[in-house]
Amino acid sequence: MDALASLAQGLTVAIQPANLLFAFIGVMLGTAVGVLPGIGPALTLALLLPVTAKFDPASALIMFAGVYYGGMYGGSTTAILINTPGETASLATALEGNKMAKAGRGGPALATAAIGSFVAGTIATLGIVFLAPWLVRIAIQFGPEDYFALMCLAFVTVSATFGNSPIRGLTSLFVGLALGLVGIDILTGQARLTFGVPELLDGIEITTLAVGLFAVGEALYIASRKAEHQEKLEPVRGSLWMTKEDWQRSWKPWLRGAAFGFPIGALPAGGAEIPTFLSYSTEKRLTKHPKQFGHGAIEGVAGPEAANNASAAGTLVPLLTLGLPTSATAAMMLAGFQQYNLNPGPLLFADQPDLVWGLIASLFIANMMLVVLNLPLVGLWVRLLAIPQPWLYGGILVFATMGTIAANPSVVELIQLVVFGIMGFLMRRFDFPIAPVVIGLILGPIAEAQLRRALSISLGDPMVLLQSPLSATLLAIALIALVAPYILRGTGRLKAIED
Amino acid sequence: MQETSERRIDPVGLAIAGLLAVLAIVIAWDTSNLTLTSVYGVGPKAMPFIVSIGLAVLAVGNLINGLKGDLPVREEINIQPILRVLGGLAALIAVIGFGGGFIMATALLFGMTAAAFGRKAFHIDLLIGLALATVVYLIFSKLLALSLPVGPLERVFDTLF
Repeated sequence: MDALASLAQGLTVAIQPANLLFAFIGVMLGTAVGVLPGIGPALTLALLLPVTAKFDPASALIMFAGVYYGGMYGGSTTAILINTPGETASLATALEGNKMAKAGRGGPALATAAIGSFVAGTIATLGIVFLAPWLVRIAIQFGPEDYFALMCLAFVTVSATFGNSPIRGLTSLFVGLALGLVGIDILTGQARLTFGVPELLDGIEITTLAVGLFAVGEALYIASRKAEHQEKLEPVRGSLWMTKEDWQRSWKPWLRGAAFGFPIGALPAGGAEIPTFLSYSTEKRLTKHPKQFGHGAIEGVAGPEAANNASAAGTLVPLLTLGLPTSATAAMMLAGFQQYNLNPGPLLFADQPDLVWGLIASLFIANMMLVVLNLPLVGLWVRLLAIPQPWLYGGILVFATMGTIAANPSVVELIQLVVFGIMGFLMRRFDFPIAPVVIGLILGPIAEAQLRRALSISLGDPMVLLQSPLSATLLAIALIALVAPYILRGTGRLKAIED
Repeated sequence: MQETSERRIDPVGLAIAGLLAVLAIVIAWDTSNLTLTSVYGVGPKAMPFIVSIGLAVLAVGNLINGLKGDLPVREEINIQPILRVLGGLAALIAVIGFGGGFIMATALLFGMTAAAFGRKAFHIDLLIGLALATVVYLIFSKLLALSLPVGPLERVFDTLF
């Protein structure tokens, strides 16, 4: 019951009026960016980093968490109403949800998505409450070599195992790692890869890279293929309420979705795609209305949407307890902690319990706010979707400039923004994943620090990485995860999941 | 997915492989210019070394993919809108570089981006951009005390508020 006492303590932090206000701003902002195509929570957090640099850490992090949860809710609205899911995590929702909207059942689809997100989000947040302290007790014994091995495993899973192509994923990762090298080496004060440009001594700004890749890259990509892929916005007709039958058909998929989402999100496996598609195929198999699948079955919205939210919450477990981000948004959250010189991990739970538990408690509050606000405000969100594309992307680029120049007011920073923007465009065009670049930039320097710490303790003997049983095991799993896609492709199992 | 017996060499794949190889060489070259100062363990050279090797290996991997033509199918693209967005960004950098300030620079970016996305009313878009940029400047510079580039327009607001 230790965890519950800590949670109660955290609640007293989370319900302070200022923190409630920040949670509210966060969920509104998060829902808005989740609804809008072309921008998501990761980009929003990148833009918020320079803006919140002088804020109180607890308030800023509570707002970030609100954006994170809100983005998940908003993404489902877009997926249901215009069939262009903002993120891959909403792909499964769009399958049935958009069909329901076309059949005039958009209201119940939005409702089952929102309530399912709430149910699964609450279950998963309870999962964090009980799992985190337990993991922290284990993690406190980790040595630097164990952390390094854990990061290697995360690198492999986020870039190679679950992407379309391990080579392209790893290429993205290593570009991110290379960018992470730029700047002054903390331990020796030597400048690496700065080529005499003084602005590069501080390293590559996370905001500039993320905004360039996500905002500018996306704008260039969408501009290049304009006039195609214009999907119609389905108006929400009829009642928003779910009928008794809707409830009966939804509650089990919600729970199953949470059961898929949370563990997969909590493992350093990355990505909400797998649990959402697992949930979709499970519901398709278990449903009593198999004929409706493909034509708007409510189970196909309820399950994946619950899985999506539970997995987003699950991602916070490795982030908070180990400092290990497994998605682009989680990486941005980590950057948010770093901006206040806070390092998520066991020590943070010991040193700053109010901050950590305040943040976890605020997740419940954010979830509550979202389910209350989302359905009544659906008209507002739909209106956001009516913003003409030229103005939307013009506005996105104005905010992108604001964030970049606020992070570092110099023309060199803007030139970097354009370079990363072109890189983001080319990566989209040639199907290189974006998230591993961001994770490489943020996690690379941390992994390097752990490696060097491990090797200085062992007086330079690299065998230390294999002598710790945990580190050796993790590295072995990483190796398996690296070759697994090739073996799985042979048996065609991954393809079965995709279908 | 259908396997085609005739797979063409993809020049883009080769270009990507080339870029990665260049990046690997640049990192290796830059690292070789560092002076080693670490007493125990590994110094600042180890990680660049690992990254450089990794990039070199991936260059080979991408080269093989390129030779097999193993790249995703690409859509036709319109170059002109891309150039217009990039033109807007270039205008942004120029205006800020020459001290024109945040509002003018981002208003221009807004208008040119909207034009790139097919809008035909540049003057109206420029005015909308001006209004948006002014609101953004006032909120983030005045309310949240961020340092955004100051030009003639911003000085007017600075004297007003």
